[in-house]
Amino acid sequence: MQPDRRALLGAGAFLLLPGAARAADRRATLNAMMPVEPTTLNYPLLNTRLVQQICANINESLLLFDWQFKPHPNLARAYEMSADGLRYVFHIQPGVRWHDGAPFTAHDVVFSCDAMLRQLNPRSRAALSHCESITATDPYTVEFRLREPFNAFLFSFMASSAPMMPAHIYEGTDFRTNPFNVKPIGTGPFRFKQWVRGQYIHLERNPLYWRPGCPHLSDIYFRLCPTPEQRMVALETGAVDIAFCDDIDSVVTSRMLANPDLVSSTDAYIGTGEITVMEMNQRRWPFSDRRFRAAFLHAVDREFLVKAINFGQGRVAHSPIPSTVPYYDDKALVKYPFDPARARALLDEMGLKPKSGGMRFKFGMMKVPDGSGAWTRSAQYIKQAMAEVGLDMQLESVDWATYSRRNGNWEFDMDMNDYGEYGDPAIGTSRFFVSSNIRKGVPQSNVQGYVNPEVDALFSRAAVAIDPGEAQRCYSRLQNILTRDVAMIWLFERKPVLFYNRRFRNIVMGPNGPCDGLGEAMLA
Amino acid sequence: MNRRLTYILMRLVRSLLVALAVVFLSFFLIRLAPGDAAEVMAGQSGYSDATYIKDLRAEYGLDRPLPVQFWRYAKAVLRGDLGTSYERREKVLDVILQRLPNTLLLDAFALIVAIGGGVWLGSVAARRPGSAGDAAVTFLSMLFYATPQFWLGMMAVLLFSIWLGWLPPFGIETMGADYTGLVRLADVARHMLLPGTTLALYFMASYARLTRTAMIEVADLDFVKTARAKGITERQVQRRHVLRNALIPLVTFAGLQASILIAGSVLVENVFSWPGIGTLAYEAVTARDNPLLLGIFIVTAVLVSLFNLATDIAYSIADPRVELAA
Repeated sequence: MQPDRRALLGAGAFLLLPGAARAADRRATLNAMMPVEPTTLNYPLLNTRLVQQICANINESLLLFDWQFKPHPNLARAYEMSADGLRYVFHIQPGVRWHDGAPFTAHDVVFSCDAMLRQLNPRSRAALSHCESITATDPYTVEFRLREPFNAFLFSFMASSAPMMPAHIYEGTDFRTNPFNVKPIGTGPFRFKQWVRGQYIHLERNPLYWRPGCPHLSDIYFRLCPTPEQRMVALETGAVDIAFCDDIDSVVTSRMLANPDLVSSTDAYIGTGEITVMEMNQRRWPFSDRRFRAAFLHAVDREFLVKAINFGQGRVAHSPIPSTVPYYDDKALVKYPFDPARARALLDEMGLKPKSGGMRFKFGMMKVPDGSGAWTRSAQYIKQAMAEVGLDMQLESVDWATYSRRNGNWEFDMDMNDYGEYGDPAIGTSRFFVSSNIRKGVPQSNVQGYVNPEVDALFSRAAVAIDPGEAQRCYSRLQNILTRDVAMIWLFERKPVLFYNRRFRNIVMGPNGPCDGLGEAMLA
Repeated sequence: MNRRLTYILMRLVRSLLVALAVVFLSFFLIRLAPGDAAEVMAGQSGYSDATYIKDLRAEYGLDRPLPVQFWRYAKAVLRGDLGTSYERREKVLDVILQRLPNTLLLDAFALIVAIGGGVWLGSVAARRPGSAGDAAVTFLSMLFYATPQFWLGMMAVLLFSIWLGWLPPFGIETMGADYTGLVRLADVARHMLLPGTTLALYFMASYARLTRTAMIEVADLDFVKTARAKGITERQVQRRHVLRNALIPLVTFAGLQASILIAGSVLVENVFSWPGIGTLAYEAVTARDNPLLLGIFIVTAVLVSLFNLATDIAYSIADPRVELAA
């Protein structure tokens, strides 16, 4: 079990440290890596995991979430919810200052949520669309009034969904071109120092930080390290101290796990609840036929996919909802064990008989562009598994622009993809299955064209249920319908490994790992 | 002298015209690739909606008709404004100028190694045509001439960085060392050895072949016989008479190869993660960052033109018989 950040804080562990040790901690520098340079450090504008991991140290959220996904105070010292679920009141931590010295107030919260996040960030926009009004009732109190109850509302205040942004810097400016996008201002434990293009981004300790005793490190560098080989060498030689998920190719994971200088964690990203999937264009036959989709699942040995191809980083996904988050219901699921004979029988039943050469049907599958990485290896295995049951799956190698264009415009037979749950199915899962989110030209929406009115109704009901039992019943029923329908090809829940040097500790303190910042990280 | 000046001016005008033609052709050419910058960002952000894409397209002007986009771009370029990078939201010229010195450094190093090594190897081979030394040089030249640079680069990393551990495998500086002054210079030099040599080998092979052929040709001419008849040492004959005259075609050749050198550095920089405009071009293509890519095209077109001009001038200085004519 990982140490709990709240427990540590509660015990006042930091205050008990001798002064000398603390002073030494503050000279500590942590080197991290970036596989590509981010295009901006405006957190709401580009909400990729890389930006989250950098900016989480700079811009904080109102709430933090523990391993059980329970909310805890952060920039909001307390919150209240009305019994009807229509009113949320947040009390802001007093005495918090922005990195430039300006005070952090309720006005910043209103500005961040109502103006900036709503305008820039699709994920925040979806959650905040439930709000009728967001108002500051006094300098330290913010009231959110909802049109209808939305039981996932608090999850929209996870760090990566709702970073607080400074109103005095952004108000009245063009958020996309504001010069502070490349020298961000936040309230976080580290402040932006320097960005040397093509080399590194340097953050330094925020001396004005509001949480007593934090942070413990003096500097964090994010160093550009474009290829997997470079990142591996850098981690092994100690040139960097931490490798975020996907920094290290899973092929060499076992070698890293055996390295006595490194500590690993597979829990650092469970807050995202990531599922690796394949999407089928259900407008086209035979993908429109449930039997074809079921046959596909029966034909793939997903245990092998997890254990051999992805080196054990995760578990087979049987449900649209990851097993690590609330509402997962194993009993509701229709499961599709590896059974090529069953797959062949289903295909026969559909009339997809083997032709000369043994193949029944040929179709395309668009790979996620990752060079020769884990995605490609998975795709290559699945191609072989399909051939076993007489399906000729052609792998299509494309670049990101082509992938997004074809995904959004429904120009594919099948593709590989993944999605994040972000704490609640109403935030991360429903968007791929509700018919109201079939939008041509928008990648990462319901591009499969899956339509089921009962599913639409259940997702709507589940999101507004005030009674947690009612929400659970809806989501259990949904998991049953979606798995019975094989609404998508769920492959596996990915649990990518994070590595860090033994010299450090308190790196992963909650289900969002480094996406909640490194304010509590310290020398071991 | 006046004539030379007119010539240079004419050539500069011609360089500008080349750059404009590059703008025109590549502007439309790169749009043939599917997908645009807004879709790349929407696809990679993991969570998108129609507004997100619409806002990005409006920000970049991608929602306008193509001829309008071209007209706006061309007008800006004529004013000397290469626009703003979609992905980086920075001025294109700033982005390029940050990276250009690294590429120029790498290319200059490669060119010096290539010419120095090529001329030396070529003259060794030419001294005794048909000898074992000649055969060795010829063999190596053919090998390096025919080997793809990206493969050579990866093998060099395998041998010198991973197996022998002599040289750093990537980057321009040691990560996290933050050296200054001379130590930093030495560090950069160490990092430059592998990519620079990889890039140089192909050109070194060409120069060795060319030098060898040219020297053998010159060695038969009458003035060489005269030189020998004067009784000066063979070494002096080779150095002062044969090599010097054989170098003239080499200068032309070096000029012509400037564009190939830049193309080669795109590959080599990517293999070694050298932060130059080669890696930048690759990033710009994958992100469909059109202004940045066009900016790189323009800057490299101008550079190649200028380099060719410099070669022509060098040529006329090296050989007074050559006249510059516009």
